[in-house]
Amino acid sequence: MSPVSYDLNRADVRPDEIQEDRWTLNFGPQHPATHTTLRLVLEVEGERIVGCTPDIGFLHSGFEKLAEHLDYNQYVVVTDRMNYVSPIANNIAWHAACEKLLGIEITPRCKAIRTICAELARIQDHLVCAACTGLDLGGLTAFLYGFNARETIYDLFEALTGARFTVSYTRVGGLAQDIPPGWVEKARDFVRNVLPPALKDVEALLLRNRIFIERVKGVGVISHDDAINWSLTGPIARGSGVRRDLRKDEPYLCYEDDWDRQGADAVEFKVPVAYGGDVLSRFLVRLEECRQSASIIEQMLERIPAGPINVLADEKTTLPSKREIYFSIEGVIHHFQKIMTNRGLEPPVGEAYAANETANGELGFFLASDGGRAAYRARCRPPSFINYQVFPAAIVGHQISDVPAVLNSLNIIAAELDR
Amino acid sequence: MATADAVQALQERFPDLGIEPRPLMRYLNGKPSDQLWVRVPADRLLEVLTFLRDDERTKFEALADLGGIDYLNYPDAEDRFAVIYNLLSHTHGHRLWVKVFVNDPDPEIPSATSVWKGAEWPEREVFDMFGIRFPGHPDLRRILMPQNFVDYPLRKDYPLHGKGEREAFEVLTRDSA
Repeated sequence: MSPVSYDLNRADVRPDEIQEDRWTLNFGPQHPATHTTLRLVLEVEGERIVGCTPDIGFLHSGFEKLAEHLDYNQYVVVTDRMNYVSPIANNIAWHAACEKLLGIEITPRCKAIRTICAELARIQDHLVCAACTGLDLGGLTAFLYGFNARETIYDLFEALTGARFTVSYTRVGGLAQDIPPGWVEKARDFVRNVLPPALKDVEALLLRNRIFIERVKGVGVISHDDAINWSLTGPIARGSGVRRDLRKDEPYLCYEDDWDRQGADAVEFKVPVAYGGDVLSRFLVRLEECRQSASIIEQMLERIPAGPINVLADEKTTLPSKREIYFSIEGVIHHFQKIMTNRGLEPPVGEAYAANETANGELGFFLASDGGRAAYRARCRPPSFINYQVFPAAIVGHQISDVPAVLNSLNIIAAELDR
Repeated sequence: MATADAVQALQERFPDLGIEPRPLMRYLNGKPSDQLWVRVPADRLLEVLTFLRDDERTKFEALADLGGIDYLNYPDAEDRFAVIYNLLSHTHGHRLWVKVFVNDPDPEIPSATSVWKGAEWPEREVFDMFGIRFPGHPDLRRILMPQNFVDYPLRKDYPLHGKGEREAFEVLTRDSA
């Protein structure tokens, strides 16, 4: 397939000179079915797509360049804006990489809270994606049920962090603040009483709907070998039968045995895998992952250990608590040492990579440090960017009306995609 | 099977390359990190990557990530640019980082798209951000920056605030569009 010319205006949408019914069609960047600013240049024969060239970069914000100028705690604000559907998962992934670079092991309480937050973020992301699958195929009701449940997660994050959307919750070696009183009960109420009926509603509305099934079954098929060769991860790979989940294969946080270093067992959950490779398989994997995440949250809410949320202030690898800053001279000195522009957290010279399983797949950060207070290079492995490159291969041969379905099943978040 | 076995297999197959595994990080207490990287020359890269993908002991079926780095002011750096391949084995579950170093002028690395399809967009991004060319790539164009952009933004000598490109953008009005 030869690349399509990008200098396209309305006058260029014309029948091809050789094949009478071959057209070039511009899809996006401003189109309600692309969710955000994505542009596709489609070559169509009648309704059938024979070529597709994605054009991305409309939301390019240069966040890797910013990482070279902001210190390890400041940059968490930028990570909120990568995958804004589940921002807290990005915070956790970023600081996991920072802690790997510094060689810090966080406290058991912090691990437990981060695990709960990461799973809430996964539910949040999957609910939007699964609900939007209905929206994009014309079923608005399922979308509203999904969004209604997601609202409760935003309330939980508001109580936890003070912000609903851009949470910036983690810090190097710990968290911004501890969980507030009553939060555990609210979270338990969500996983017991709010999420299950919402999932059931979405499922009942869509999976027993013949029109929906016919529009998602066998559409946008990615084979098992292709999924591996295209570097796909997350629900998209698992929808194609690739049994891989970083929570099981490279365990971190509470997915690891002995996470509190006193012999605690890892949380129990199953990794759902579907073998169809189509939009339906990915939809089913996401719904089941929501249920598994809910079960993880329920287990962890019972098991949050007591103790500090930050690693010891004596080690000077974390920011001191506000109480220490306001009431002791050592705290003030320590605080200034960490936040002044000519000081800061200074990891040794070297490189580190840490990856977390987020809702879209493997979100990794490759950090290089030259010993300064900011990263020398912070390469982000964004799951959306890597997953989206398979799109032309998955859509060719289908019809224009299948584009929103396949696009949605890849769950592209443009802010992360455009980096 | 651990990453060290994969590196050993690589050393046995390519004794002439002098491959030596190094940890990505050595912490202040002298402890190395568990992540290993190897240096591979650009002209032998495809041979090495194909071997790493196919051999039973290595089996790196997937390229988890590919990214560029500009070692302009990095302590003890000998070469300017590197492209870092993060290889992942689904069979054995191990990872290995392969670094290829190139220098100005005309940094060039053969494209890995023939080995892993997943290298396509990351290579375009490295080309866009660092100006490293990948001969053999099916469609090497800028991916994030505009097609008429001339600089390479993630190079260390490119300022954070740009070189005035923002001011030079053509402004479309309702009448001129």
